[in-house]
Amino acid sequence: MDQQTILLTILGMAAVTYLPRVVPALFFASRPMPEVLRRFLSVVPPAVLGALLAQSVLLEKGALHLSLDNAFLWASALTCLLAWRTKGFFGPVLAGLCFVALWRAIF
Amino acid sequence: MQHANDDHTAQRAEPSALSQALPIVMGYLPVGFAYGVLAVKAGLSLANTGLMSILVYAGSAQLIAVDMIGAGAPASSVIATAFIVNLRHVLFSAALSPFLASWPVRRIARFCFEMTDETFALHATRFHNRQLSARKTLAINLLAHTGWIVGGIAGAVAGGFVPDVKPLGLDYALPAMFAVLLVGQLLSPAHILAAALGGSLALIISQTDASAYATLAGAVIAAATAAFTPWTSKRSS
Repeated sequence: MDQQTILLTILGMAAVTYLPRVVPALFFASRPMPEVLRRFLSVVPPAVLGALLAQSVLLEKGALHLSLDNAFLWASALTCLLAWRTKGFFGPVLAGLCFVALWRAIF
Repeated sequence: MQHANDDHTAQRAEPSALSQALPIVMGYLPVGFAYGVLAVKAGLSLANTGLMSILVYAGSAQLIAVDMIGAGAPASSVIATAFIVNLRHVLFSAALSPFLASWPVRRIARFCFEMTDETFALHATRFHNRQLSARKTLAINLLAHTGWIVGGIAGAVAGGFVPDVKPLGLDYALPAMFAVLLVGQLLSPAHILAAALGGSLALIISQTDASAYATLAGAVIAAATAAFTPWTSKRSS
């Protein structure tokens, strides 16, 4: 691909990425949301977070990495425990990062 | 305009935009860097590499796109793939819409331009905690986006020279943030069921040919099940 075509590809990608991001918010900003949909969407954040966390911790290059030498698995347990006990945000993240760095320095 | 800052109901003071955006930025810099390196290897100019981070701003779609461009795929299939991979944002946009309904249209349009997995997860939790400041919301988005752009350009400039970010554990920044946000979301049996099902289904779907839909399909099925299963129907909100 030449740079001109790549530029057009980028513009196309930008359009098909932006529309799904903005259309639902604008649509429901101007009219009431059905109760059934509101109820469904209220549990979307934990469902999405569960999906994202599981994939980021348990997938390595697309393949399942379910083993005890998965540093992210232990780091996530530590991060969750600290987040639950301290109600903090950045502290648990930093502790998890240090744990992973330490794990890799040792093993 | 001012009403969005009237946040008297928050139980705790909200952390600064910078400290909330920092885990996202720390995660975006190395991933963006990797994208930049791969983009110039695939034949993108420095300008186009940066432009994609500015205009598309979607990590997995960008990484897949440069891979496809490098392999000589036609523009139409690169664009179609970006659409499929980013379709999950429909769900994010709809889920946040009740909190944005009082915003002017232009501000909604600007906010949604910078909607990613990470900023959605953060704002969903913030909004749920009645942390609705528009200024802080848009500042977090701008910081995260800047981190993504800077990472990508740095990667493109550094080219083939790739320092290993793994010894610092930085590749764990985004999983860590998901973990912290998830703990804050586990408010009722329905929320816990949604999270557990969402995680399990996404993993299962990721192992099939439909892996591009893993997050979207996993989250939709999990949320529908959690919202409409009788035993979770006793809900506070």
